[in-house]
Amino acid sequence: MTTPASPQTNKVGMSKNDYRGLPSTLCQGCGHNSIANQIISACFELDIVPETIMKFSGIGCSSKSPAYFLNRSFGFNGLHGRMSSLATGALFADTTMHAIGVSGDGDTASIGMGGFKHMVRRNASIVYIVENNGVYGLTKGQFSATAEVGLDLKHQGINQYMPVDICMEALASNATFVARSFAGDAKQVKELLKTAFSHRGVAVLDIISPCVTFNNQDNALHSYTWGKDHEAPLHEISFIPALDEIELAGEFVEGTVREVSMHDGSTVLLKKLDKDYDPTNRANAFQMLEKAQLNNWLITGLLYIDESKPSLTESFNLVETPLNRLSGPDLRPARDTIDKVNSLMF
Amino acid sequence: MSKQVVNNFSITIATVNGSGSQTANITLLRALFKMGIPVSGKNLFPSNIQGLPTWYTIRVSKDGFIARCDEQEIVISINPASFVQDLASVKSGGAFFYSDDIKQPIDRRDISIYPMPVKDIARKANVSPALRDYIANMVYVGILAQLLGIDLSLIKQALDFHFKGKIQAVDSNFETVKNAADWAAQNLSKTDPYTVKKMDSAKGYIMADGNTAAALGAIYGGLQFAAWYPITPASTLAESLNVFLPQLRKTPDGKQTYAVLQAEDELAAVGMAIGAGWGGLRSMTSTSGPGISLMAEYAGLAYYAEVPVVVWDVQRLGPSTGLPTRTAQGDLTEVFYLSHGDVQNVILLPGSVSECFEFGWKAFDLAEHLQTPVFVLSDLDLGMNQWMTRPFEYPDTSLQRGKVLWEGDLEKLKGSWKRYQDVDGDGIPYRTVPGNRHPSAAWFGRGTGHDEGAKYTEDARTWERNMARLKKKYLTAKKLVPKPIIRNVGGAVDGIIAYGSSDPAVEEAITSLKIENKLKFSYLRLRALPIASETKAFIKKCEHIYFVEANRDGQLCQILSAELPDQAPKFHSICHSDGLPLTANWVRQEILSRKEKK
Repeated sequence: MTTPASPQTNKVGMSKNDYRGLPSTLCQGCGHNSIANQIISACFELDIVPETIMKFSGIGCSSKSPAYFLNRSFGFNGLHGRMSSLATGALFADTTMHAIGVSGDGDTASIGMGGFKHMVRRNASIVYIVENNGVYGLTKGQFSATAEVGLDLKHQGINQYMPVDICMEALASNATFVARSFAGDAKQVKELLKTAFSHRGVAVLDIISPCVTFNNQDNALHSYTWGKDHEAPLHEISFIPALDEIELAGEFVEGTVREVSMHDGSTVLLKKLDKDYDPTNRANAFQMLEKAQLNNWLITGLLYIDESKPSLTESFNLVETPLNRLSGPDLRPARDTIDKVNSLMF
Repeated sequence: MSKQVVNNFSITIATVNGSGSQTANITLLRALFKMGIPVSGKNLFPSNIQGLPTWYTIRVSKDGFIARCDEQEIVISINPASFVQDLASVKSGGAFFYSDDIKQPIDRRDISIYPMPVKDIARKANVSPALRDYIANMVYVGILAQLLGIDLSLIKQALDFHFKGKIQAVDSNFETVKNAADWAAQNLSKTDPYTVKKMDSAKGYIMADGNTAAALGAIYGGLQFAAWYPITPASTLAESLNVFLPQLRKTPDGKQTYAVLQAEDELAAVGMAIGAGWGGLRSMTSTSGPGISLMAEYAGLAYYAEVPVVVWDVQRLGPSTGLPTRTAQGDLTEVFYLSHGDVQNVILLPGSVSECFEFGWKAFDLAEHLQTPVFVLSDLDLGMNQWMTRPFEYPDTSLQRGKVLWEGDLEKLKGSWKRYQDVDGDGIPYRTVPGNRHPSAAWFGRGTGHDEGAKYTEDARTWERNMARLKKKYLTAKKLVPKPIIRNVGGAVDGIIAYGSSDPAVEEAITSLKIENKLKFSYLRLRALPIASETKAFIKKCEHIYFVEANRDGQLCQILSAELPDQAPKFHSICHSDGLPLTANWVRQEILSRKEKK
């Protein structure tokens, strides 16, 4: 006699299905779908209650994807390039909520560049993913601002302009968390996502996500083939939730790892490869990005992290109760104040 | 000297922008107000920090008329650059005061001329040379006070208020006022007829500007989130939030129940406010016409996704940068239809400073009740000038939060609800906000086509059904927005419709049409769009309707012509836009000329 296998649940009693979304309507093989799957896995493994997550996006293929994960989470698919402001305002509603935003290279690096950089400089607490494929998919194959020089697209000709490096832009705007990954590297995407969710401020993840339909020539920067051939991980990342910290700390040999303590008490362990890369040094991150560009590397991993800066909402000294749970008497000054206000006029 | 004219004239003060004359002008205005005389003050300033000509007009009116006047009985000239034009602007029989270091010919014999030794008197002040130029403005305050009969103790009171009791600043300014008044008493003999006398007509009024009132109203409305971007003439609204929120809305342990954020542009400002509104916060932004243009795309999203948000538009003269320091009522059409596709927005039209306060809190109730953007159209004249106004009244209803479902509500419904379903037949659906932990609470907000359950759909019938419900919601709004103020006059067959800061000029014009032309008009001051049934009834009853507006095209007349096409043949558009507040004389002349043409 065999007992039926019980469905696997996490510490908040959820199964992975509780984190899934609607079936994807993106092209089969789209890198965005594998990122959605890793978001599901990361949230499941982090034991986050789905109702405590807010999802945001702009407009474009990438921005459709929040419908394909976390069905039980609140979401808002806003305007093209303007998810940054929408999310910034929403973060004040209930600061106990997590936030994840999914944008694309057109949405972030072209129409939304201003808002993106301002959201970054304010350190709004959101996991900000750019699903970067160097092309406008939903409008059928125009150049995006991250397309490399010389890219040849049907109907568009050859791109002549230098690409925008989203990680570089984030760093320049004083981001407190900057990482790059490749949609084909599921493990790294997931570990970076888990680290990002534990970060107190903005976490920018530039994930190269090949467009199988409009930009997947073998020699193109955002293609699977190019990505696989040129990927140069900075380090292997293992994310250790706060609860398991003590138990697992001893398994890593000193000298081969660098621990980064996250604001929520968890730890991220960066396994150094051949370079002695320090992700807490902003100048290093700039240099690494420059070097990667010169050497044609797709450099992946956690480029920069600073856990010391307060997030946007932390800097406001708000009441403990979520603002959206305050009621009339909390919000309207008492009746006897009106005479004083009138006396302050002339 | 001809017969005395008491408490009934206008003063214009011509100075150089950035020279500190604003303190002197406001001091005069406040002292007159404290004498109990109805007054209004209007700053007619250039888009410039320092150097260009600027004018300030004060109207003193025993009859309580506070609109701007075309004619100036008293002109004070401190600016050589505008001297010739200022001299020419004095009404015959009026008075002209000028700084005696301006050496230009004076060719008027029909007015009283008073030279003022501004520099000599200012030099006596015990202040640093850097402050002397500012203090110099107090010379005309003192001289005018002496010649008009303004009580100096009230000047002192106004200075105390302005400098928030800073003794040194008050004393040095007041000393110059006294020195100037003494000089005038000894050296000038009065030849003009204008004087002031204490009255009791300003009793029960305060003096404030519309932007401060709007900010205070919002604070009493439970404002929780504001995002804004600097723009004239709206900036002082958000800045007033920063002044008063810490005083009125901190908990005893110093924590905030609100957040104010300066955004990177107006589109981001409204985006943040919409994000906060979606999150269940009472949120707003404040801007002017150019900002509204930028906000258009987001306004459509909020309309279609049904997110409550309040947007204050303190109008200025456009299009484009236009005349950014001049007033207008030119954004009505833009805001009413703001965004692409089929959109009609709810608009509130405050007509006084105290109404800016009232609509400041009411706008949140309406936005949350209707789950839609609510726009409040003020303007530069109302927003930035000091007005005598009724004291702000504590809200007479509790906060109306609208149809929000929390965990307990969803438990009772056994989780069965749909975000965009019209359960109550008023077009207004129920909503949940993030943070609600019930497993059925979440929904996906979007600007894309959606069904009752907020799910994406491109189904043609679903689209039309949803848009029809939004229209129904708009009809519900007609019953909820502030009613018009109507004065039906016995024997009047024609009516006048106006709104916002045009009200004082219209009220005065109606009085003079009655007294001087024996013409009677009923009057409707519109306070909101969409129009309530009372407005429709008023229009139907009148033989002719005159719409008075400070814009080129008669925007309200156009909107109501489209709304009530069968009534449109009797509409007459009296509109005019040159950046200055309307005057009663202009309104009256226009109405008379239209009546002749009929």
